[in-house]
Amino acid sequence: MALQSLDIQRRSASPTQPPVVREHVTEVAKLIDTSTCIGCKACQVACSEWNDLRDEIGSNVGVYDNPADLSAESWTVMRYAEVEEHGKLEWLIRKDGCMHCADPGCLKACPSPGAIIQYSNGIVDFQEEHCIGCGYCIAGCPFNIPRLSKKDNKVYKCTLCSDRVAVGQEPACVKTCPTGAIRFGSKDDMKEFAAERVAELKTRGFEQAGLYDPAGVGGTHVMYVLHHADKPELYHGLPKDPAISPLVSLWKGALKPLATLGIIAAGVAGFLHYMTVGPNRADDDEEGPR
Amino acid sequence: MQVNRRQFFKLTAGSMAGTTIAALGLLPEQALADVRSYKLLRATETRNTCPYCSVGCGILMYSLGDGAKNAKPAIFHIEGDPDHPVSRGALCPKGAGLLDFVHSPNRLKYPEVREAGANEWRRISWDEAYSRIARLMKADRDANFVAQNADGITVNRWLTTGMLCASASSNETGWLSQKFTRALGMLAVDNQARV
Amino acid sequence: MTNHWVDIKNANLIIVMGGNSAEAHPVGFRWVIEAKTRNHAKLIVIDPRFTRTASVADLYVPIRSGTDIAFLSGVIRYLLTNNKVNRDYVLAYTNASLLVHPDFAFDDGLFTGYDAAKRSYDKASWAYQLDDAGHAKRDDTLADPRCVWNLLKAHVDRYTPEMVETLCGTPKDAFLAVCGHLADTAAPDKTASFLYALGWTQHSVGSQNIRTMAMIQLLLGNIGMAGGGVNALRGHSNIQGLTDIGLLSTSLPGYLTMPSEKEATLAEHLAKYTSKPLLDGQLNYWGNYPKFFVSLMKAFWGDSARQDNQWGYDWLPKWDKGYDVLQYFELMHQGKVNGYLCQGFNPIAAFPNKNKVSASLAKLKYLVIMDPLVTDTSTFWKNHGEQNDVDAASIQTEVFRLPTTCFAEEDGAIVNSGRWLQWHWKGADGPGEALPDTEILAGIFLKLKALYAKEGGAFAEPIEKLSWAYGNPAIPRPDELAKEMNGKALADLPDPKTPGQYLARKGELLPGFALLQDDGSTSSGCWIFAGSWTQAGNQMARRDNADPSGLGNTLGWAWAWPANRRILYNRASCRPDGTPWDKSRVLIKWDGAKWSGIDVPDFKIDEPPGSPMSPFIMQAEGMGRLFALDKMAEGPFPEHYEPFETPLGTNPLHPKVVSNPAARVFPGDLEQMGKADHFPYVATTYRLTEHFHYWTKNVWLNSVLQPEQFVEIGEALAKEKGIAHGDMVRVSSNRGYIKAKAVVTKRLQPLHVNGKTVHHIGIPIHWGYEGLAKKGFLANTLTPFVGDANTQTPEFKSFLVNVEKL
Repeated sequence: MALQSLDIQRRSASPTQPPVVREHVTEVAKLIDTSTCIGCKACQVACSEWNDLRDEIGSNVGVYDNPADLSAESWTVMRYAEVEEHGKLEWLIRKDGCMHCADPGCLKACPSPGAIIQYSNGIVDFQEEHCIGCGYCIAGCPFNIPRLSKKDNKVYKCTLCSDRVAVGQEPACVKTCPTGAIRFGSKDDMKEFAAERVAELKTRGFEQAGLYDPAGVGGTHVMYVLHHADKPELYHGLPKDPAISPLVSLWKGALKPLATLGIIAAGVAGFLHYMTVGPNRADDDEEGPR
Repeated sequence: MQVNRRQFFKLTAGSMAGTTIAALGLLPEQALADVRSYKLLRATETRNTCPYCSVGCGILMYSLGDGAKNAKPAIFHIEGDPDHPVSRGALCPKGAGLLDFVHSPNRLKYPEVREAGANEWRRISWDEAYSRIARLMKADRDANFVAQNADGITVNRWLTTGMLCASASSNETGWLSQKFTRALGMLAVDNQARV
Repeated sequence: MTNHWVDIKNANLIIVMGGNSAEAHPVGFRWVIEAKTRNHAKLIVIDPRFTRTASVADLYVPIRSGTDIAFLSGVIRYLLTNNKVNRDYVLAYTNASLLVHPDFAFDDGLFTGYDAAKRSYDKASWAYQLDDAGHAKRDDTLADPRCVWNLLKAHVDRYTPEMVETLCGTPKDAFLAVCGHLADTAAPDKTASFLYALGWTQHSVGSQNIRTMAMIQLLLGNIGMAGGGVNALRGHSNIQGLTDIGLLSTSLPGYLTMPSEKEATLAEHLAKYTSKPLLDGQLNYWGNYPKFFVSLMKAFWGDSARQDNQWGYDWLPKWDKGYDVLQYFELMHQGKVNGYLCQGFNPIAAFPNKNKVSASLAKLKYLVIMDPLVTDTSTFWKNHGEQNDVDAASIQTEVFRLPTTCFAEEDGAIVNSGRWLQWHWKGADGPGEALPDTEILAGIFLKLKALYAKEGGAFAEPIEKLSWAYGNPAIPRPDELAKEMNGKALADLPDPKTPGQYLARKGELLPGFALLQDDGSTSSGCWIFAGSWTQAGNQMARRDNADPSGLGNTLGWAWAWPANRRILYNRASCRPDGTPWDKSRVLIKWDGAKWSGIDVPDFKIDEPPGSPMSPFIMQAEGMGRLFALDKMAEGPFPEHYEPFETPLGTNPLHPKVVSNPAARVFPGDLEQMGKADHFPYVATTYRLTEHFHYWTKNVWLNSVLQPEQFVEIGEALAKEKGIAHGDMVRVSSNRGYIKAKAVVTKRLQPLHVNGKTVHHIGIPIHWGYEGLAKKGFLANTLTPFVGDANTQTPEFKSFLVNVEKL
């Protein structure tokens, strides 16, 4: 079901020139308004339900955050922060998940052809059948989003419900959001709506309200309205100036020929290992607690 | 970033395969990239109302089968009804997870009895359940029915059996429960209005 | 709700108090956000805890649990002393100007007529002064010292901002800020909406909490208005419907009353409940009580209900007292109950003092569970270690567990908080042999009926004669039952205005309750539902969401009781002269011949402005009551009483009357009340947004969101006790203990109350010994067995505990 509206703009580890003739594809964006988010986690459930994911039933570690972190089966989680600003208690709640960067660090870092693609509408999608489980995308992500599955050694993250968007629907989290704190539309419309929200917040005394659409990653297709846009770190460590790690740039730039050589060398070693010892069993190498 | 031994070998093997195949010209030029197939195409949609709180959000239930006699419908997805004037397609974390209520492993499937003093359930038929329950109720009612109070006023009440009614059940169930309990003379009738 | 969910968007000010709507009703809360973002509304949250609702509020104001009446009475004092009321509204539409009985008084915590031995009042003086015609005397100048206005002023005079701070622990400036915002809505074109839920009802003074707020809304002229009203956010999906259908001990459908043994005959019953107007020219709708009652009896017993047998009056049970669940479990505990049917209900988890409930269930001869899910109650007899330490062998209760279908597997209607009856459709069969509740009830009933037919037995007549005209008696269909509730004509109903014409022909479904008769020519199982399934079809299934006014009144979506009216008392949205108070939010207006607009007028349709008829048509005087007459158990005016377990050990207003003097407490339960010396912290139980009561611990996705039982402890107390994030703690009351993880938070701040520091402990309720989530303790192990004096709703929101680190 390759859909015309989802032309591929970029593809990991591939020199192939993407089609450029159809250039009027609408860029989409999800806007998360932290000032109207009530932290109910409906988005977490809708995401898991739509994407057929069931994370394990964990435990309480003394906070409301559950699951405690993103995982291959939890593509979005709410992050709660109790902060005191100007002597007033605030409970800042942020939906965390893939930001769908315009300049995606994961895609740049990925060595497997076609495992990460960027559609012309801006969605950055993982194609798990091409994923080799190397985890470079994790290192490449300035927001610490992708997670390696212990079940199949592939990396997973939010797809922005590319399957729903492809048929003209909004992502599952957007549709379910009870208060309308998560919105979806063209990136232009979302920026316009964000400006309205920011103006309204300023009338309520949030002088530093603003839009989070960081330039360091070329802007994002998931944006936040923050009451304290000057201090994004307050929101459970949202990075102030995210950028792709210089190592990734290095890897994709000057060092690429060298790296490729390295891969080939390692590949030979791996092949020999396979031939002499047999395939690695997944459970042999599980390290650390699950 | 942590890359363990196995990941490293997989990485190298995968890269090798990819690059080598591409080099041999076996990889199609255009990516086989694709979004996941949209799972609701041709699914049957049924309108319902969320059974949790009293907002009464509209829900759409999607099921397998198109009504053909040989297919048994099974609900595989539930999401909000965008036409609903209150919920406009939204659902809270409870409503968004309704699918796992419908298919909870803790759904009851068969009538069961736990005998006096026993430590486990025993499956019984509906007929046995109805017969035994009716027998117990009748014995209690016949033994303890109060036709008149101490002042000789007709009161016709049965106080030794009561019923709690489900406030997530429909009006229609509620009405039948009202008829059922009052015809038997029950006064200990209550529901979750208080708790 | 007098209004409905979407209407919240029309408010200028929203106060969430006694509730946590963002967490309990997230999708309903969207309309609060809409009011904020589109209507520039302010949101104020008043709560002991800084909740997720507070996280999006403009102002969060802390309050000690159980002191809402003191806070709200302080607001009333502020409004009266600063003259911030909608005076025209108050004069015309409330009983402020009516004169009260000369004997009525309030002294040192008690109203006139208290009987300490019975813990109840003789309410003879809680009445108006009547003239010879039986109408209330009135002084529109409000000068008479006995008018409600002046008595109210005197009553609330003690609730100064300082007293509010002393009792509630609310800083004076925060309290005054709330008063100021509320006072702004006294303007005729401004409205405030109060959203509340169990945070107000689950107190020994629950009903009066709500009444105090309703009085504020009357003083501000906010009732009947778009964006105003009194908005109870009901809990369960059809708790409104089951209340409407009268599934409460002393109720009958449509807010009719089950006869008591004091009403030996139908005539006596009707005389008691058929109200007479207390002012001249009032609609006095309860004057129609006999029509509703007789039509109900026809629905119960069909042709067997006849005039010569008082329409089957003797077949109804007559009560000596209410058998609410607290009363009934007390009797069960005493060994006076043998059988219990438990339909979609988990009492061992839901009722106070779990150990008492467990011991009570063990005394039953038989227990019948009907539920789609495994419940803790169904396995109360099974040992679950520390969480349910019982000996199965010694429990002689026979337990039947019958699997029911759930919402997705049946047709039917449920009523949301805005009184909308919404029809739903079956999407699949239930699992295994699960059956709808209606089939199960029919199955048991038909067996019983057959046994009585065969063997005879006690008073079989009402069972034999019960109307059961279903196509298949073993499978009553939802549509058949819904039509039975709507009601039908049992004879041709002639149109009194047009001879030869008929309002309905024999056998037709009725278009509304106005056609109901007291002569046996109509039947209706629930008169307020009349109009829900008419000759034109199922009105509850309508799906036209058009909102031509933009105010959210979607009259074509589903069907609202009564009469598809969306905002109750909407005549009060207009001045006495018929013009709307607010031209931008017009619900109805007088068009010269009749009332019309975007809602179904809640008034006599052709009663012109200027007539003496007042908008509150269900009241005998047609007015909103600032003085409640004899309708409340503990007084016609609200008064602050401490929770039964009070951290103060006294009531600073009147130390001789500490807690609600009219609340019923059983002796064994009184002995189990704890004192602050051993249990120094105020505990409050509540729900989290991730879970629904005790259901979703059976639902995987929700169990992932909040997997394990926890309690919330403020940072200051945690530091004092050496408790850190994620530590296990033991929380105990005088009735038992639970063990849970500690969530240490800034969101629970210590309060300074009457010279003491008071800490709150937050106890979410959702775990138990059954379910997919991690096993936990039933939170109601801790809670006290005492209820509100009017409704017997347990005091879950305020009791005393101790906390220890494990």
